[in-house]
Amino acid sequence: MSVTTYNVIGTRPIRHDGADKVTGRALYGADLQLARMVHGAVLRSPHAHARILRLDTTKAAAHPGVFAVVTAADFPPAPTDKIVDFGEGDTLLSSLRGNILASGKVLYSGHAVAAVAAVNAHVAAEAVALIEVDYEPLPCVLTAPAAMAPGAPLLHEGLANGNVAEYVRHEIGDLAAGFAAATVIVERELNTATVHQGYIEPQNATAFWSSDGRVHIWCSTQGSFVARDASAAVLDIPVSQVRVTPMEIGGGFGGKINVYLEPVAALLSKKAGRPVKMVMSRRDVFTGTGPTPGSRVRVKIGVDAAGKITAAQAWLAYEAGAYPGAMVGPGAMTVFACYDIENVLIEGFDVVVNKPSTAAYRAPGAPNSALATETVLDEIAEKLGIDPLELRLRNAAKEGTRRADGPRYKRIGCVEVIEAMKASAHYNAPLPGPHCGRGVAIGYWFNIGLPSSATLSVNADGTVNLIEGSTDIGGSRTSLSMQGAEVLGIRAEDVHPTIVDTDSVGYTGVTGGSRTTFATGLAVYEAAQDVVTQMKARAATLWGTKEVEFSNGTFSSGSNSFSFAQLAAQLGATGGPVVGSAAVNPRGAGGSIAGLIIDLKVDPETGKTDVLRVTSVQDAGKAIHPAYVEGQMQGGTAQGIGWALNEEYFMDGSGDMRNSSYLDYRMPTALDLPMIETIIVEVPNPGHPFGVRGVGEANIVPPLPAVANALYRAIGRRLHSVPMNPATILNL
Amino acid sequence: MALKVQVQTTINNEPVQFLCEPRQTLLECLRDVVGLTGTKEGCGDGNCGSCTVKLGDRIVTSCLVLGVEAEGETITTVEGLAHGNTLHPLQKAFLEHAALQCGICTPGFLIAADALLQKHPHPTEDQTRFWLSNNLCRCTGYDKIIRAVQAAAVEINGAPQ
Repeated sequence: MSVTTYNVIGTRPIRHDGADKVTGRALYGADLQLARMVHGAVLRSPHAHARILRLDTTKAAAHPGVFAVVTAADFPPAPTDKIVDFGEGDTLLSSLRGNILASGKVLYSGHAVAAVAAVNAHVAAEAVALIEVDYEPLPCVLTAPAAMAPGAPLLHEGLANGNVAEYVRHEIGDLAAGFAAATVIVERELNTATVHQGYIEPQNATAFWSSDGRVHIWCSTQGSFVARDASAAVLDIPVSQVRVTPMEIGGGFGGKINVYLEPVAALLSKKAGRPVKMVMSRRDVFTGTGPTPGSRVRVKIGVDAAGKITAAQAWLAYEAGAYPGAMVGPGAMTVFACYDIENVLIEGFDVVVNKPSTAAYRAPGAPNSALATETVLDEIAEKLGIDPLELRLRNAAKEGTRRADGPRYKRIGCVEVIEAMKASAHYNAPLPGPHCGRGVAIGYWFNIGLPSSATLSVNADGTVNLIEGSTDIGGSRTSLSMQGAEVLGIRAEDVHPTIVDTDSVGYTGVTGGSRTTFATGLAVYEAAQDVVTQMKARAATLWGTKEVEFSNGTFSSGSNSFSFAQLAAQLGATGGPVVGSAAVNPRGAGGSIAGLIIDLKVDPETGKTDVLRVTSVQDAGKAIHPAYVEGQMQGGTAQGIGWALNEEYFMDGSGDMRNSSYLDYRMPTALDLPMIETIIVEVPNPGHPFGVRGVGEANIVPPLPAVANALYRAIGRRLHSVPMNPATILNL
Repeated sequence: MALKVQVQTTINNEPVQFLCEPRQTLLECLRDVVGLTGTKEGCGDGNCGSCTVKLGDRIVTSCLVLGVEAEGETITTVEGLAHGNTLHPLQKAFLEHAALQCGICTPGFLIAADALLQKHPHPTEDQTRFWLSNNLCRCTGYDKIIRAVQAAAVEINGAPQ
């Protein structure tokens, strides 16, 4: 464990954007008002699968107050095999365009078909209702197993195998020999429903296509450069012709990486000659943006009498929605990622179905597969009479453990997380009474690198201005500023961060993959080192020496010394401004392990589950701002509990989502949860100067199986599908 | 397009007149007509609480109130909570307790919590959770919000007797 002491890292300063966000001054995407701005609205398909026979926008275009109407026919011609990278995955341009405005066929209920720009949102909605579409409804298919069955309706021509877009396979060791060596073998199949990230701010985009050919887009996005690149690809113009200004963002969780409205607003603006603002309704968000895949996962695990896993096999079928890309890859890579297993076979299927095209959601793909692994292990622990955490400890992945998909782990905190769970007050406390159960589970997420850029300019008063390009979804301005402050020996409050548009900072990847505090943090660290190097040269000039030391915020040489602020005041006299910058593309992202202990009580009369006590444990590597690390752990835990107990896309047989409001899509409220205890474990990541791993995602992996295991102990029977809501509990 | 109606109100202690179409919600009027965009829209059907404002002596989801219904009313939005440059104790507590991540739900929570503390100076955790259950937050799991509200209660009303 690191014994480094820090001045700033590990403290809890007030976030830099805090005052703006508690006073209503912070400008989110929908808050933008521009002169001559008009408003867009989208026509969406009522059918889950249909051919578009006729699309007539004449009446809409003639409606008073309408400025422009667009359909897929307004996309410029472009090669259809072009690939566009999204940061957490890539896609075919034809799929990207097809999802933004349908062409030929609609593939899900909610699929965008056409869009209108009008003097206000009400008139735009009136005009949308005047668009005439003749559909030829086609049979729809809504689940992965149904879509894989012989004779299933096909969504696309030319996929590898019917509706299967991709097959992944990871294999190590000798599976048959491994199972032959097992004392206990358990095999189970578990289903999860489609769920949504549920960010409170709907997608929005405002675009202005200038007469000089440049397109300016203002939007709430997790990645301004990804939004720029995707919009440019869809519009078939060079990336330099698109400038994206990231507005404040009201949640994303992976769902605000893809573009939906941005290119449509741009096309409308080009026709209207005015800025066009588009904001989704909540139903649009549910039916027209990417939820996370529903899935069917089968896991078989064999364990010997000593509690050592001898073999593990997984079969995963994930619903991609309308276009390929179901995140089955990460699901397959994480299914046994917490464990050191010699004999493994994993097969994954990416299956298109007539549901919205799925998107990333916090550790995308991992909760689905961990649900199966962690509930099967729970059964095995019970059969062998071993404590469930002890069974996990005996098999925990360590430095050097090889995952079935290839990589060997560097330093990883799996043992430390499980030991922290075992030692916690919660795990050692009794349950409060009958109908109660305690469940545990652990989970893994990779975390990613990707490029980031940062610039620091020194002010004469001893503060610095930080220019960066990472959307701040949960306090990253501060976690980044703190890393710069630590290097420079100044206070977090002495760093003034600004997030700027894509013309004004070097390329910076998405705020996703738990990468921002890690990768953009590394860019800020390097930029601060650049500042230190330049400032040392200034001090050397002033003192007529060559050797200048810098530590704890003080420049010194012999008997000379300057604080950072004292030297900053002398920059004018020593050559002018000091600006440090860095661009990084780190390879050293460190995976994070999370664990959950949860106590539930089930009402035998109603099947309602009350959450009594929750403890989230996670390896942060190094917690830069512990309050916001706790916040990530608490937020991921709450989302996972909602996913486990209540949330689902309730689709009727025709593929219409029947619960597309927050009243019926039941996310946890303040009344549904207790306080969420947190234990931050710190096993430093060797790939980051402060040991940061990234904490945004792994915490959502354990709740599904932990809830399932707790429910089993409360009611004595195992459920094999999520959500585990009152109806399914009563119908057991 | 319908003819616009003139509405006279008091918003954040200032007299405000605005013109709106009868079909425009109070939320639209606040954001798009008056220019107070601190009040947020999350769902448009009264289920997320992001657009919560104080109307007269009660709190409402302003997406379910028409602008014309605000005639003669007194309205408080998040922009009206601070006194000049001095933050309201709830605003201060939300910052000190890291009770926001993305911040989109924060204005609604602040207005709802302010009303809670006026009705219950020392709310229990259960009272706080029940009162705030009309406001959805997807980032925090509510833990730090509940703690911030309870800390603000002590700041405003002293320790419970």
